[in-house]
This record gives sequence, structure tokens and C-alpha cells, in this order.
Amino acid sequence: MIFTVVLGLACSGQPLGQSNGSTSTGGGEIRLQGSGASFPKPIYEKWVNEYGKINPNIKIDYQSTGSGAGQKAIISKTADFGASDDPMSDEDLKDTGLLHIPTVLGAVVLTYNLPVLKEPLKLSPEVISDIYLGKIKRWNAEQIRKDNPNVNLPDTEISPIYRADSSGTTAVFTDFLSKTVSEWKEKVGADKQPSWITGVGVGAKGNDGVMGQVKNIPNSIGYVEIAFAKANNLPTALIRNKAGEFVEANLDNISAAAAGSVAEMPEDMRVQITNADGASAYPISSYTYILVHRDQSDAAKGKALTDFLWWAIHDGEKFTKDLHYASLPDEVVKKAEAKINSMTGGGKPLRQ
Amino acid sequence: MAQTGTTGDKVFRTVLFITAAIIVVIMAAMIFMMVWNSLPTIKTFGLNFLIGREWKPAESVFGALPFIYGTIVSSVIALIISVPLSLGIAIFLVEQAPKKIATPIAFMVELLAAIPSVVYGLWGIFVLAPFVRDYLGVFLEKYLGWLPLFQGRLTGIGMLTGGIILALMITPIITAVVRDILEVVPTQQREAALALGATKWETTQIVLGNAASGIAGAVILGLGRALGETMAVTMVIGNSPQISASLFEPAYTIASVLAANFAEATDELYLSALIEIGLVLFLVTFVVNAFAKLLVSRVGKRMHA
Repeated sequence: MIFTVVLGLACSGQPLGQSNGSTSTGGGEIRLQGSGASFPKPIYEKWVNEYGKINPNIKIDYQSTGSGAGQKAIISKTADFGASDDPMSDEDLKDTGLLHIPTVLGAVVLTYNLPVLKEPLKLSPEVISDIYLGKIKRWNAEQIRKDNPNVNLPDTEISPIYRADSSGTTAVFTDFLSKTVSEWKEKVGADKQPSWITGVGVGAKGNDGVMGQVKNIPNSIGYVEIAFAKANNLPTALIRNKAGEFVEANLDNISAAAAGSVAEMPEDMRVQITNADGASAYPISSYTYILVHRDQSDAAKGKALTDFLWWAIHDGEKFTKDLHYASLPDEVVKKAEAKINSMTGGGKPLRQ
Repeated sequence: MAQTGTTGDKVFRTVLFITAAIIVVIMAAMIFMMVWNSLPTIKTFGLNFLIGREWKPAESVFGALPFIYGTIVSSVIALIISVPLSLGIAIFLVEQAPKKIATPIAFMVELLAAIPSVVYGLWGIFVLAPFVRDYLGVFLEKYLGWLPLFQGRLTGIGMLTGGIILALMITPIITAVVRDILEVVPTQQREAALALGATKWETTQIVLGNAASGIAGAVILGLGRALGETMAVTMVIGNSPQISASLFEPAYTIASVLAANFAEATDELYLSALIEIGLVLFLVTFVVNAFAKLLVSRVGKRMHA
């Protein structure tokens, strides 16, 4: 049978290497293309690199194009897997047969350019909201001083920096503020690209764009993914959580936020864990997801993809700490395992 | 040489006609595609798209006026700075400077034109923005602060910085073209003027007058780049869709909003809105060019009269 296929191809003059990719089992090289969120790019690149060492025949390429583009790419199947910080909406997800597989946890931090401050700033959701609504204009405003009684705040104008492009980071940040401040929910809302108040702040493109502006504009404040702030040695504010504590954005506190919300995790795993329960939970934490089609049309590729995902949420988690990501709680790993096990290739389960 | 007869001429003419026709077809195809793809927003918003001041993709509200305003104002600032500067450099190089100095300066000008715009942007963030914030802006606020143009939040990121970076980017282009134009003004004209007792300054005026239409063309070339420049402007203009009298305030240009949002525009109406402002940029450029052509022809007529 195989012989006839080979013979047929040979006779038609088509080079064998360029024949249908789905036949490339056993020894052949398999290429997987991923695209999406920029936030998990460092860890995904690390994974791809490490996984390539133990599985040299599987080549994975990850392009950070942004969460929205990642969703678009996986829906249109221009990528083998997508990546997004923001879970897809019900409307977008409908009838697509897509699965959300959480991979790691991260956090959005507020970083600021106030070199005179020695200790980290404490910010409540109300203060952050008022700064971005343009209601608090100066650093020594009453509301900020109240939470930072012993800090010598300068009498300077605040320059808030926000993301001008659509981004998962913004979605997490605005989700937190919408949950905690009703005025924010009403005026700006939670979105990858919400309706910013006209005339407040400076817009920048990408996490690195916000980072650059915060570094260069004195008295500015901006929100970025934690890894960017850590890499640039910029201060990060303590944020008041649901329990009323001001907590630092560190891996333990991000894990605590995940643990505090495990009970609420729905069957399809789409969840925002901002403003989570728990005394030490960092309130602007989030999962980041890999998006895959439940039924893989190409069984060989599907097999490679499920194996990679399995490896990532188990062995891969040991690389997270150095890159400032928190690992998934055990319960979530269990749920993610079930999701990966439910993936099929041509109607057959890909993992036995 | 072998005789090709009239057949050769026919083939030649046809080939030339096809090459000329291709440009018309490309232009028509572009306009058609952009209009076609922006139909959803044209239908939904009509003219309000052009005069609306609110740009809120989350609520599907699209008004492009802040971007049109930002594009035009930043380009005008660029021209105000760049035109006198470029003319000065070009006149100096052609009319005054000895060869020994002119050659290296001309080389440097050409080098500036070759720098990628993202490098200008980086320089803008790290050098120009702090300079505007700490020196230029403070100076303008102090002496011209009574004008609404120079009031407001001075962060170094905003319309003024965007305009200055554009000026720096278009100066080499305008300079290089003006220099080439001045060089082709016949030497006899200068000699004749000097022979009639004109001073160097008066001679230069005559040369400039004869080169006027070419200079206008050079300026338009620069303006074209300023209108469409994306990367460097995005990095320093502040990307905030607002119309503010203050040049210190952040603004947004059409090219910047396209670059920042195209990849993520998942919604049909949003994509349509972006394509429509692309169309607007296209039309703005078109109108500016047509206006310039008119200007050039009028100056030309006056010169000949």
C-alpha cells in the first residue's frame, strides 16, 4: 500500500519531501508554528529551546504578535497553536472547538519613575483608577499620601503611561480595576483596548514601549508585565488586595492568587484571577494560555503538539522561576492534563 | 543597424503604454480596495468618521479627526523648522562653500537621509525628548507661555517632539533635492547678475527665483515623507487621540495608529475603520500634492510673465 503511494508520487514527478505533511511520521522533522501574546515569549522561547534538545526532530517556532493576533491566528488556523493572556470571549470561542491550556502565571505591575522614593509605593485600586481617570494629578495628592504616610512624595505632576495598542496586559489591568472600582467600570471598562479618558496620559506600543517611556519621563507611572520591570530593575508598587493588604508582586504572591481562585476555575479553564481571595494574593495576577484546536487535522503534528504541551506543564515548569513566572497550582495542572488528554487527531485520542 | 520598420515602433509604443497603464491600474486598484474594505465604517458613520473626535474601539466608536489633526499639525511643524534649514544648507553648499567643505557636508546630509527611521525614534526617546522637556520646552513656556501652544503638561513626549523629529528626518531629503536643483541653474545667470553689479545676496535671490518651482517640489517630497512617517513618530508623539491646542500634549498620527493597531484589529468594524483612515491619509497626501502642483505652476507662470 505504502509502496503504491510512493510509486504513484514518484511517477507523478513530485518530490517526496514536498508531499503532504501529514505523512511525515517516524524520523521526519515536524514543524509547529505558534503565535500570540508577548508576555510569555521569554518562557516559551526557553521551552522551545529546551524541548528541542530532547526532541531534535520537532521544530517549534513562536512569534510574539500579541494576544489578539494569536487568537486570530488560531481561529484561522494560520498557526498550530495560539497564545493569549486574555481568555477568549464566549462569542469568539463559539463553535471554534478551541481549548484553553493554561501554561504559567504572571502579573501586571505598576512601575514608576520617582527616584527620590526609597521604599516601594503603596497603591490602592481607587488611587490607580483615579490616576488613570485624570482625577489625581499630583504625586502628593491626599489620597496617595493617606496610604503612604511616611513617604516624602514630591509635588510634581503625574504622567500616566498606558498601552496604545490592543494588549492582554491591558485586559488584565483593566479587569482588576473594573472589579474593584465602579467608576472605572462605567467610564473605561475592561478590554484589551478600552476607552481611555481623552487627555490623560501618554500611549506607548508594547510592554517595552511603556517601559521605555516610564524610564524616560520623570514622575511617570505605567503598567507592564512583571518580567519587564524586573529585567529593567524598576520599582514596583505594592497593591492593595481583596483582603485589604498591600502586597508585593512576587512569585509566591502570584501563586497565592492562583490558589485563592482555584475553586472558581470553570470547566473550560477560562478565568481572570484578578482581585483574588487570600491575604497574600497579588491582585493583578493572571494565567496565560496556549490555544489549540481540540481536534487536530494532522495527527502527526497533533501528537507532537500534545507531547510538547504535556512536557511544558510538567518538566517545563522548572524553568519558570528564573524568568519571573509562577508555576501552575497542582489542581490546575490536573485540569490541564485532562484537556490535553481530550485532544484528538483524526477522531482518535492523541495521548494514550 | 537592422531596419525594424514600423513594427518596431508599434511594439515600442505598446510596451511604453503598458508600463504607463500599470501605474494607473495599481492606483485604481488601491483606491478601490481601500474604499471597498472601508464600506462598513463609511456606511455606519458617514461623514462623522472624519469630524468625530472620539476613537473608542471597545465601544465601536470611530472618529478620525484627532489623527488627521495630529498628522497635519506634526507635518506643518516639521516644514516650519525644516524648510528654512534645508534652504540654508543647500544655498550654502552651492553658492558659498568652497569645494573642500561642501563635499563632506553634502556627504553627511546624504548619510542622514539613509538612517532608518527607528534609529531616529530611539534617538528621539533618549535624547530629544529629555532635551525638549528640560530645555526647549522650559524656554518656550517661559517666553512664549502666553500662547496656548506652549502651555500644558511638559513630558517631552508630544506633538512638538514629534514635529522636530520629522523635521530632522525630512531635512536631508529637501536639502539634497534643492542642492541638485540649484546646481542645474545655469552659471551664466549668476555671472550675468554679478556683471550687472548685483551683490552675492541679490544674485542668490535671482537663482532662487528661477529655481522656485523645483524648490516647491522638494518641499512637497519632504512633506510626503512627513505625512507618512510612522516608526519614529510613534515613539515620541505619545499616541493619544486628542486635539489639544498645546504642542506639549501627546497627539497621534494616522500612520502611527495604523502601525500600532493593525495586527490586533480583530473586529470587522475596527479593521474597516483603520482602512478608512488609511484611505484618508491617502487622500490628504493626494490633496497636498495637487495643491503643491498648482502652487508650482502658478509660481512658474509668474516667473515667465
